[in-house]
Amino acid sequence: MSPFSGAVTYAADAVPTAAAAGGTFQLIALLIALPLAGAAILLLLGRRTDRWGHWLGVLASLSSFVVAVVLFFALLGQPSEDRTVTQHLFDWIAVGTFNVPFDLRLDQLSMTFVLLITGVGTLIHIYSVGYMSHDPERRRFFGFLNLFVASMLLLVLADNYLLLYVGWEGVGLASYLLIGFWYFKDSAAVASKKAFVVNRVGDVGLSLAIMIMFVTFGSVTFQGVLGSASKASESQLTWIGLALLLAACGKSAQFPLQSWLLDAMEGPTPVSALIHAATMVTAGVYLIVRSGAIFDAAPQARTAVIVIGAITLIMGAIIGCAKDDIKKALAGSTMSQIGYMILAAGLGPVGYAFAIFHLVVHGFFKADMFLGAGSVMHGMNDQVNMRRFGALRTVMMVTWITFACGWLAIMGIPPFSGFYSKDKIIEAAWSISPAAGLVALVGAGITAFYMTRLFAMTFQGKARWTDDVHPHESPWIMMFPVAILALLSAVAGFILAQGNAIENWLAPVTGFEEPDLPFSAVYLQVAALALVLVGAALAWIPYATRAVPEVAPAGNVLTRAARSDLYGDAVNEAVFMRPGQYLTRWLVWFDNRVVDGIVNGTAATIGGLSGRARRLQTGFARSYALSMLGGAVVVAAALVLVRL
Amino acid sequence: MNPANYVYLSAVLFSLGAFGVLVRRNAIVVFMCVELMLNACNLAFVSFARIHGNLDGQVIAFFVMVVAAAEVVVGLAIIMTIFRTRRSASVDEANLLKY
Amino acid sequence: MSTLLAAAETSSSAGETVVFWVCAIIAVIGALGMLLSHKAVHSALFIASTMISLAVLYVAQSAPFLGMTQVVVYTGAVMMLFLFVLMIVGVDSSDSLVETIKGQRAAAVVFALAFAALLIAGIGSATYTALGLDKANTVDGGNVQGIAHLIFGRYVFAFEVTSALLITAALGAMVLAHRERHTPRPTQRQLSEERVRSGHAQNLPGPGVYARHNAVGTPAMLPDGTPTDRSVPEPLRGVSAVVGIDSEDTARVTALAAGGSVIPTTDEETES
Repeated sequence: MSPFSGAVTYAADAVPTAAAAGGTFQLIALLIALPLAGAAILLLLGRRTDRWGHWLGVLASLSSFVVAVVLFFALLGQPSEDRTVTQHLFDWIAVGTFNVPFDLRLDQLSMTFVLLITGVGTLIHIYSVGYMSHDPERRRFFGFLNLFVASMLLLVLADNYLLLYVGWEGVGLASYLLIGFWYFKDSAAVASKKAFVVNRVGDVGLSLAIMIMFVTFGSVTFQGVLGSASKASESQLTWIGLALLLAACGKSAQFPLQSWLLDAMEGPTPVSALIHAATMVTAGVYLIVRSGAIFDAAPQARTAVIVIGAITLIMGAIIGCAKDDIKKALAGSTMSQIGYMILAAGLGPVGYAFAIFHLVVHGFFKADMFLGAGSVMHGMNDQVNMRRFGALRTVMMVTWITFACGWLAIMGIPPFSGFYSKDKIIEAAWSISPAAGLVALVGAGITAFYMTRLFAMTFQGKARWTDDVHPHESPWIMMFPVAILALLSAVAGFILAQGNAIENWLAPVTGFEEPDLPFSAVYLQVAALALVLVGAALAWIPYATRAVPEVAPAGNVLTRAARSDLYGDAVNEAVFMRPGQYLTRWLVWFDNRVVDGIVNGTAATIGGLSGRARRLQTGFARSYALSMLGGAVVVAAALVLVRL
Repeated sequence: MNPANYVYLSAVLFSLGAFGVLVRRNAIVVFMCVELMLNACNLAFVSFARIHGNLDGQVIAFFVMVVAAAEVVVGLAIIMTIFRTRRSASVDEANLLKY
Repeated sequence: MSTLLAAAETSSSAGETVVFWVCAIIAVIGALGMLLSHKAVHSALFIASTMISLAVLYVAQSAPFLGMTQVVVYTGAVMMLFLFVLMIVGVDSSDSLVETIKGQRAAAVVFALAFAALLIAGIGSATYTALGLDKANTVDGGNVQGIAHLIFGRYVFAFEVTSALLITAALGAMVLAHRERHTPRPTQRQLSEERVRSGHAQNLPGPGVYARHNAVGTPAMLPDGTPTDRSVPEPLRGVSAVVGIDSEDTARVTALAAGGSVIPTTDEETES
């Protein structure tokens, strides 16, 4: 990465010196404690809390958001270089030279995430009150939601990698519990297991990274690792980087660990919105951005990040094009958008800020669209097949408008949010590698296509409803959060882009470099917009103006491939599952035949030998005398030979 | 005259006695073969006494004779007792201690 | 002096060689005979011959006391004891030639030959110079005194232990050979009552009362002239041939029984 002449660069220390928490900042621990307490009460007290449990959940999340806002304004009051605060709670692990304190770090990066998590989280809590009103297990749902919020907050507030790992595992657990919330459904149980297992593969990466960090730096705190990153050898840092990338792939559903995300749509829609769109799947991006100092010194790892991001970007888009299940199409979209974020994070300081920017606005518009899909499902008797939707704009006006905000935002139509973040990513990618930039550009076009297809099949055209559905608008308690999210999708990007606000806000933590393009950025913006409009038109015409077949047509090779998730599951089964099954079956056979065979065979052999040997006891004294003489012959022979 | 000749003779007699113990079935004849072996040993001792030039070998041979006599007494008493109860003096008849 | 001794050595050596070879052959033949004879009594006699030849060899090796002890104790006491037990057990007990244990005979031959070969090899690999017992036999005034000196001197403890062993052996033999009476001992009155009931109350005549011949196997004649098998000891009954009865004597006895006179007529006297 060559230095850029004339670019505004805020060279950040790898880790800004942190101030100890004092005054308002002592509230940092409350951020985690409040939802954690909510989860504990709801889950431990059980059925007694059924009547009011959901409100307690909402209150816990809301109070955490209030604390977050207070802390945000407190941070704003600090000068820009002094916005890193650590709060030491207690000494967690102190073994010889290995010290891991239970410390929370609040800086610009984690503050952004905290606001996103608590804000969007609270909105989704409120939405869930209405969405899950018919479910008798609603209280348990809110307990798990609170648990998730607490774990995610711990993840982003941790001051060392080990504590981050605790939060990492916590969100994995919450994801498992929530995907399999309706555990009596086989498909949900299997999907939650799949999510957990694939996440586990990624977790191995994080464990390895922490172990290599300890070996390399002797410490796992951010200060210890990121502060000394430039002193370690490049090969060590590359290994750490690749291990962290593996972890991010697992949590953020990137290639090759992407197979679980589409199955995770078995969970209730608020779960899909909160966890698998806005927050948990962005944990991988957080990890990479936070460990920027490591990737800065390991260009090979950085290249790997870019490649993974690019592959997943296209992969998610292609999958999203062929799905008829509205939630699965949105999941494919999530996969693709996070690919954008990972791609941006792999670009280095030129892209970190935009990765976070896109992450934030993606949280808004994706949550908006997921909740909108939930509203659609609520009105359509929980159906998800878009081929049986159509013309819902006539009966669900609010859902239609809010969904449109999200749709326009994700496509990147100015002045909606997505335009500001996505275009910056394309520019930054192009400045580093035109190939990456081209991929991002093409991806934008495909994004427009499939999102327009989704929107058109659901809300436009003619009604293709089944006889038992009577679509109606969802209650205000559900639409109120959606409306807020739609508003944010519309304006947040514009606001945050004013005066490079978000870049400057994040610069002390992530560093910031202007992308250096050989031509003006406007060309790229125009090209992107053109591709988007073409893609949208390509989808609008067949799906909004013409009749949509109610049964999915056969489709060409690519369509069929996309419908089977680009054979991701098939590859996993062939490469891992079947060999694994064969291995276990062979091990069972080995244990039965060989190990038991040896044991039993030894016993049988000894039994057989002793059965033969006992025939020596003939009872005849003369036979024994013969053996005695034989022994005497042996002794005499030995003596004679020795003397010879 | 090689004094070793006596020892050769002793070896031959001993082997013959051992062969007899293995082959004969009458208990008393087996006993006689054992006596033959003891005699062969006595001959060897006496020869070595002469070779070494002191009487220790002869004393040992004397003790061997005494012990052999005691052994014959007890052994024949046992054979007689077995004969009284089992009416047979064959060593093969007493073979119950087997597999 | 030394040449005399050397001369004595060679001359005695020549004689000793002859004695050795003769006695060695007798000893080996006796051993083989003991091994291979069918009847146990024959085996006992063969081994007695072996022992006597060994006694001669002891004497030839300047061990006269041991040679005599061998004859007295071994051949005289031990082998006689063997013969007594053979009588009790059954003098015609014999082994059949068939070997009942498979491979026993072959293995025994092999092992015995191997053992002999190994012993001979071991013995042959040493060199012997006989020091001779002349000095040892004279230092205490004779062979017996020399042995006594050792037995009651250096080996007195072994001697005491051996005597304890002998006592133990004698006790053991008594215990083993003892037969416990299960019925009370018959009194004299019972014995005589039995005798009277049996039909012949008086004792049988001693041997030779009715004897017509010297041999024990010849049956005696009863007063009426018939031979009776009861006078022949049981092992010999039916075995020995009955010597032909003189018919003239039988006629004379019959005449006597018919009332003739005992005194023979002149012509019969001159004829006999």
